Amino acid sequence: MRAHHLPPESLNPQLSTPLSEFLQQLLNGLSLGAIYALIALGYTMVYGVLRFINFAHSDVFMVGSFIGYYLGKHVPESTVWGGLVILLAAMLGCALLGMIIERLAYRPLRGAATLNVLITAIGVSLLLEYSGQVFFGATPRTFPAVFPSANYSFGSLVISSNQILVIVVAALLMVALQLIVYRTKIGTAMRAVSLNPKAAQLVGVNNDVVISFTFGLGSALAGAGGILYALNYPSIDPLMGVMPGLKAFVAAVLGGIGNIPGAALGGLLLGTVETFVNGSQWSTYKDAIAFAILIIILLFRPAGLLGKFTVEKV
Amino acid sequence: MPKPHLYLLAALLAALGISHFSDRIDPYHLDVLTGIGINIILAVSLNLVNGYTGQFSLGHAGFMSVGAYLAAAVSLFLGPKLLGAEGGTALQQGGMFLAALVAGGLGAAFAGLVVGVPSLRLKGDYLALVTLGFGEIIRVIFQNVEFLGGALGLNGIPAYTTIFWVLAFVALSVFVVSCLVNSTYGRGFLATHDDEIASEAVGLNTTHYKIVAFVIGAFFAGTAGGLYGHFKMTITPTGFDFTKSVEIVVMVIMGGMGNTLGVVLAAILLTLLPELLRPIAEYRMIIYSLLLIILMLVRPQGLFNFKLGKAKT
Repeated sequence: MRAHHLPPESLNPQLSTPLSEFLQQLLNGLSLGAIYALIALGYTMVYGVLRFINFAHSDVFMVGSFIGYYLGKHVPESTVWGGLVILLAAMLGCALLGMIIERLAYRPLRGAATLNVLITAIGVSLLLEYSGQVFFGATPRTFPAVFPSANYSFGSLVISSNQILVIVVAALLMVALQLIVYRTKIGTAMRAVSLNPKAAQLVGVNNDVVISFTFGLGSALAGAGGILYALNYPSIDPLMGVMPGLKAFVAAVLGGIGNIPGAALGGLLLGTVETFVNGSQWSTYKDAIAFAILIIILLFRPAGLLGKFTVEKV
Repeated sequence: MPKPHLYLLAALLAALGISHFSDRIDPYHLDVLTGIGINIILAVSLNLVNGYTGQFSLGHAGFMSVGAYLAAAVSLFLGPKLLGAEGGTALQQGGMFLAALVAGGLGAAFAGLVVGVPSLRLKGDYLALVTLGFGEIIRVIFQNVEFLGGALGLNGIPAYTTIFWVLAFVALSVFVVSCLVNSTYGRGFLATHDDEIASEAVGLNTTHYKIVAFVIGAFFAGTAGGLYGHFKMTITPTGFDFTKSVEIVVMVIMGGMGNTLGVVLAAILLTLLPELLRPIAEYRMIIYSLLLIILMLVRPQGLFNFKLGKAKT
């Protein structure tokens, strides 16, 4: 598994008072959490309509970073519009990839046992990882600085423009997602399929179109997450998606799987907790903390923080 | 099966016979055979949990690592004290190794109990995730224990694993799992798999069966880990990550869940496949993952499951 790199901001020597250190860690945590939230949204939406864990989602995120890496050479560096072009291209590319995966691997299994779909998802995930190792190369690459970057300091608190970018872009995308899901026709259809696929079909919803759209939407968010992650942790490789992907899934479960605000909340919480653990004496255990949270949440509140608990009926 | 004990005895004798001629076998073939044997133990034991009992576990590599580390620690730290500087006779070494393997198995079984009791309340995807989480936590803990080599792992483990031990434990695991599920008691595993609610309604303690399956599965995963450590002579925490668990799950799925013979065949095939694909090493994992997807699309009941109509779950 890949080691995470500390963003340079957190190594700031000026950190002195406990309060400013706390605020700095909180800020770092929120920007990491915003990325987790973006990935978690894709997991939660797919789980909402199809009830399975899309293991390949974390590798779509990886592909997003690589789209940015290859396009990054063709746009002028450190410009806002160049960065935006790359962000949009990665979102578009990932949306397409997600829809293709759904069409080829998951749609033929509609109605099959959950386990088979889960294994297929693991297969797709492995396929993307190993193809990445062959076609992109297994050695880590340095992601180009596509957005202009600067550090702003407020007293001993240092905020980088990339952190602001991550939080702003993530917030905008989440608001857009909320609007799509609750204010558009296709969003209503998505919620209908999530509630009861058969009944949705009966009232004229085309389930295949809705599911395809859901994959596209979720994968686009993963693509955006891939670019934002690579901007903050600029070393990318074909296995980079594994850990953030698992953690984002934990975030989705933490917030209540299938629940969109829950995924955002879970992502932010998890990113913050992880950053604080990383800054403490327990830093070598930071990869375990997400799973410890997952286990505790599933044992005591399986529906997650914002999820509704349903009783099994026979 | 009329006299299963005789089969076990015959298998053990056969193992002894094969190991007697092992110096005439090509070392490369012997290595591949050892790898196949270890994978069979892993797949057959996971099949008890995932196949027969229907509890989807994604943390088998975690239990394997507990067994590997414990067994290695026994022969590394206790071995020199018990056997003396010369290393003892072959018989003493054998006894030592058996003790190390059993210790590894028991340690893994205990880990299985600790993991199983809380997490087996969950079902399906959630159980898969929690076992995955536990597997990863076990890995991170091993990475942080300096005494066991930390992230660098343990080196210099004595090469006790011979083809005899591997075949003997293959026979033992197949024997225990098949006798268990074919016994009156063992019907409970299948009932838990088929319909949990109905089983509970007729008074079956499904939680009990799930935990027993989990603990026995973990025990054999632990012995497989011990065999693996004393075969490779070095173990690292990353060797037992999520990917390894997936590899074992794929063997179970491909063999057909709850079909011991099929799972054994799948373990053989999936260990040989990477060896056969070695000339095109660069693409072999791509082929492997493509095969997995195609298998799920074309033959979701498993490659070696010929009981038609029974595969529906």
